[in-house]
Amino acid sequence: MDLLLDGFQTALTPGNLLFAAIGVLLGTAVGVLPGIGPAMTLALLLPVTYTVGADSAIIMFAGIYYGGMYGGSTTSILLNTPGESSSVITAIEGNKMAKAGRAAQALATAAIGSFVAGTIATVALWIVAPTVADLVVTLGSPSYFALMLLALFAVTAVLGASKLRGFIALFLGLTIGLVGTSTGQARLTFGNPLLADGIDIVVVAVAVFAIGEALWVAAHLRRKPLEIIPVGQPWMSREDWRRSWKPWLRGTAYGFPFGALPAGGAEIPTFLSYATEKKLSKHPEEFGHGAIEGVAGPEAANNASAAGTLVPLLALGLPTTATAAIMLVALQGYGFNTGPTLMDEHPDLVWALLASLLVANCLLLLINLPMAPIWARLLRIPRPYLYAGILFFASLGAYSVNFQAFDLALLLAIGLLGFAMRRFGIPVLPLIIGVILGPKLEEQLGTALKISQGDVSTLWSEPVAVAVYAVMALLLLAMAVAGLRGRDSGPAGPTDTRGSDERELVER
Amino acid sequence: MSTTTTPTTTPVAPTLVDRAQYGLAAFLVVVGTYVGYDAWTLEAGFSDQPVQPYAIPYVVAAGLVVLGLLLAVATARGDRPEAEDGEDVDLSQGTDVRTVALLAGVLVANIALIDLLGWAITGALLFAGAAFALGSRTWVRDLAVGTALSVATWYGFYVGLGIPIPAGVLDGVL
Repeated sequence: MDLLLDGFQTALTPGNLLFAAIGVLLGTAVGVLPGIGPAMTLALLLPVTYTVGADSAIIMFAGIYYGGMYGGSTTSILLNTPGESSSVITAIEGNKMAKAGRAAQALATAAIGSFVAGTIATVALWIVAPTVADLVVTLGSPSYFALMLLALFAVTAVLGASKLRGFIALFLGLTIGLVGTSTGQARLTFGNPLLADGIDIVVVAVAVFAIGEALWVAAHLRRKPLEIIPVGQPWMSREDWRRSWKPWLRGTAYGFPFGALPAGGAEIPTFLSYATEKKLSKHPEEFGHGAIEGVAGPEAANNASAAGTLVPLLALGLPTTATAAIMLVALQGYGFNTGPTLMDEHPDLVWALLASLLVANCLLLLINLPMAPIWARLLRIPRPYLYAGILFFASLGAYSVNFQAFDLALLLAIGLLGFAMRRFGIPVLPLIIGVILGPKLEEQLGTALKISQGDVSTLWSEPVAVAVYAVMALLLLAMAVAGLRGRDSGPAGPTDTRGSDERELVER
Repeated sequence: MSTTTTPTTTPVAPTLVDRAQYGLAAFLVVVGTYVGYDAWTLEAGFSDQPVQPYAIPYVVAAGLVVLGLLLAVATARGDRPEAEDGEDVDLSQGTDVRTVALLAGVLVANIALIDLLGWAITGALLFAGAAFALGSRTWVRDLAVGTALSVATWYGFYVGLGIPIPAGVLDGVL
């Protein structure tokens, strides 16, 4: 409790409040802006961490993280083109509401629902994260190694549509992570001394998120402007409130636990929440035509799961979303030992972050409700400037790491890889997690084997490790069974109707 | 990356094969083979290294090759990628190769010139060039915005963040 109060003291200093405000404003802006998301923004802002204090930078990043969620819902409601898979549902119901002239109510239930969910989930985070960290700190290297494997496996295989493509991304990431001389010998450096320290993760992150995305959008840029639904001041009637509060709470209950699992991801809880609301609603006929419950529940689930992802990030050092991965990179950039010991070694920093989440959430409600019409205007930004700006800041970010033109060449090469990945439907997240966790995995394996003096059986000598491997085996089995059943029902042709896609995801 | 220039085909009958995916599969096999070769050239680690430096690379190499082969098989069976969607992405048309090539050219020019001219100049050219590639035709305004951005970021990094970005040819002017 004292730690939490100290955290608030740090988070509420004028300087850090300013960083929180910058964070939520930036976060909302990039959430609204098409083609740019919180992960890309954090990647572009990583150079800032070289000089700004750790607490201020992390507080700003937390603001961007939460802000991106709020802003993303605005885009999906007003444009009907979800930026992320987690806001697909919001786009379905929210855009229908907007088209029916209820954009203000859709935005309001999304914003207030996000606030409610974010607040509850942040409080849950205060309780869960330290408990988990205390538990994990007692585990040995074998168990920690197993947990890392589970996180890699889950992010790769459980999320995303194609397992094969997930693993392709993961192994490409592991390959990039191999580069360097961390083992005393040069691996994959092509004799280039500039590669001796490995490929800077900042360059990799900026390349796949910013360059890859900008090139991909450039290749398929919409030539006619999107139809944007005009919106006024968000507000809700008494009836809207009555229909919204239960979905908010149920969405939170789905979102937080799913986010907190080492598999993470906001997709599954948002779909579950949608399915639940549809079943429980007194107005099932409205679903698909703009039911407010269908916006309230999934939006709350989305935000709660965002808070939940911070549990594995802070307590285990395992990122499960792209944004969390970049936050981990930032923490590592400060030289912090990310992992179960982080909360013990730097309680001031972690609690400042945890307290600032609540601050960010309140700020977001304040800036989002009255300013929604202004945010909506961002959607009209000229696209050449938007994407030229992304390329500009990406180059600047990569260059400022070492002032090496070589880094810019790497940026372009990996950016082209990111472009190809989007073309071939290969998810980006497993790659970035592979780059981050690959070297740590090798290190942890080394530690475990050193203690056991090379005896490999040490890897399954701890009960937690055995349990984790059992979970992985079960997941594999479930995947195999699902794969076989899928094959029985004939070759899965491209089913483009949103309805069937949605059902598949709900049932998964 | 010759694979990237192949136009994206619009979704048609599932029997159609996405040939560009063979290119990706071949890329994976080549990278995997090289990782394996690189691991093979490594010497045994020190006695306090229970995990040999080549151990993980061999696993990664094997994984890449197997995944490449699996992708080739899946492609032959009619597996098609689900290209990434987005707010500004219109997948109903093919890949606009010209724009991507222009953007890549702008980035290459930036790489070639940045040591000589410095960020304040190349950054402005990068922004204006990228905006042109993306369809903007207001030259003067693009250059003005680009210059404002690059000079502002140079000073912002130099003064605000204390990150001394080399000034290049403008050393002493800025």
